[in-house]
Amino acid sequence: MTELPLLSVEIVRRRIGERQTTATALAEACFGAIAAANPRLNGYLTLSQERARTQAERIDRLADQGLPLPPLAGVPVAVKDVLSTRGLRTTCGSRMLENYLPQYDATAVERLEAAGAVILGKVNCDEFAMGSSNENSAYGPVRNPWDTERVPGGSSGGSAAAVAAGLGVAALGSDTGGSIRQPAAFCGVVGLLPTYGRVSRFGLVAFGSSLDHVGPLARSAKDAAYLLAAIAGADPKDATSADVPVPDYVAELEQPIAGLKIGIPCEAFAAAGETGGLDAGVNAAVRGALDALERADCQLVEIRLPHTEYATATYYLIATAEASANLARYDGVRYGFRAPEAESLGAMYRQTRDHGFGAEVKRRILLGTYALSAGYYDAYYRRAQRVRARIAEDYRQAFQQVDVIAMPTTPTPAFRIGERIEDPLRMYLNDIYTVSADLAGVPAISLPCGLAGGLPVGVQFTGNYFAESLLLRLAHHYERLRGPIGPPPAFATPGGNGAQ
Amino acid sequence: MQVSREEVERIAALAHLDLTAEELARMQKDLSRIVEYVAQLERVNLEGVEPMAQVAAAGADPEAKLRADEARPGFTQEQALANAPQAAAGCFQVPRVLGGEDEA
Repeated sequence: MTELPLLSVEIVRRRIGERQTTATALAEACFGAIAAANPRLNGYLTLSQERARTQAERIDRLADQGLPLPPLAGVPVAVKDVLSTRGLRTTCGSRMLENYLPQYDATAVERLEAAGAVILGKVNCDEFAMGSSNENSAYGPVRNPWDTERVPGGSSGGSAAAVAAGLGVAALGSDTGGSIRQPAAFCGVVGLLPTYGRVSRFGLVAFGSSLDHVGPLARSAKDAAYLLAAIAGADPKDATSADVPVPDYVAELEQPIAGLKIGIPCEAFAAAGETGGLDAGVNAAVRGALDALERADCQLVEIRLPHTEYATATYYLIATAEASANLARYDGVRYGFRAPEAESLGAMYRQTRDHGFGAEVKRRILLGTYALSAGYYDAYYRRAQRVRARIAEDYRQAFQQVDVIAMPTTPTPAFRIGERIEDPLRMYLNDIYTVSADLAGVPAISLPCGLAGGLPVGVQFTGNYFAESLLLRLAHHYERLRGPIGPPPAFATPGGNGAQ
Repeated sequence: MQVSREEVERIAALAHLDLTAEELARMQKDLSRIVEYVAQLERVNLEGVEPMAQVAAAGADPEAKLRADEARPGFTQEQALANAPQAAAGCFQVPRVLGGEDEA
């Protein structure tokens, strides 16, 4: 395996600019690495060799002519299979969309390519992004590069595994309840949930529309900053995208962090006790990160987020209610699977949905339909929306006291494949630290802060609305304090190392 | 709280899902546990709290930025039908609607 795919955004661009390599050679090296590793990891579902070659040749022509290279020139990226790619199969990890060919590109995909990135292909995920382990994919689970008997997390498991294993420099994921940050934590990479509205969702297949976000996964905060800079900003095709200026995330990384106030929510360390416990190794790694930041002259402040203990219950009512509406579109009429030989329209709808959807998607559609149905709407859906307002208010008050909130990303490191899949509630509780940021709409980043039992642990920083620059900066400085983590031993290559 | 089998059948019908007997039993068990778990929200004091339907971060208010109501190019008929499981004469084709079991 070549070491090329473990490079950073800046090194890729520099090597292409200095003619030490070409975007085409780099893409080919990535396809070679994917062919070697995919049988073990099951990360990629569809490769886009032709599209990658066309884009790489475009970048190489610029380099040939000595023209300025765009910021992501030649950077090979993986795209989660819930983001639409024109003419490139987009399955959402579902049988329902096994042969679906979108007629347009998601805005985030279009912007990455405009910034010079080379799309390698589409990566595996839980069906319609519903899951925390990637075991809900109709195409089989992705395996964690650190231990292939374990889950990579979900739902952006393919994105995280691909980045960790060097099958691409970075990836796009989506996060509705933790689906970027949780797999990033499990696979030892950086995952950023941007502010709601920061990145256009046009072309993201909808799950929970008031909660869905698109964001980057990368091997360093700096690479994540490059990706976010490329995809952020208002989009006329997404009315929920925010018309807020996009700062220079990369330049701002070097501003100092001394004096920052970091809030430590006591609930984050206590609440886990009720629900199966915060793993001792995770606790130690996260505490270690906080100590390092304190030594770097950040101020740790104990804060309270009193309603976050209700976040999981709130999330699973709101997200499923929205999903039940969004997934009504899969009826076998306009796209996707259709049950053959149904005798009536109604039978066709029911048979199509019964065969096309997997168990977790059905469970969530049923729960959401229940929460929205006559007689239960006020008791469940409306009540959950009101608790959501309380959770958002907790964050608003906290950010009057502190600049950033720090807590673990997950209560445990990656668990074993099959360990939790039979117990949906236990699986949902894996999201206790991630769902509240989606509910409030605030940005959050997960990055590795050590190992527990040989598995990566993620620390999560949450910021106020549009504070991505601050989160990336804190993450960038912390990476220097921490030193390199990864790549996973089985994917280590001479001189190849994620921390650039 | 126990979600009854009849209730699961009722919501499955609302969601256009045909569930096997085995699936029904499984979903009844899972939904009962989840509904029991979310009952914790009854403990939250919600006096004077309005429901939050959308994140109101600066600039993310869809009402604030409606575009001009002007015709613009969209999908061609060919593009719209490109993924149709069955199409004919420029239309999506579906099984018969009238006279079937669903008419009642």
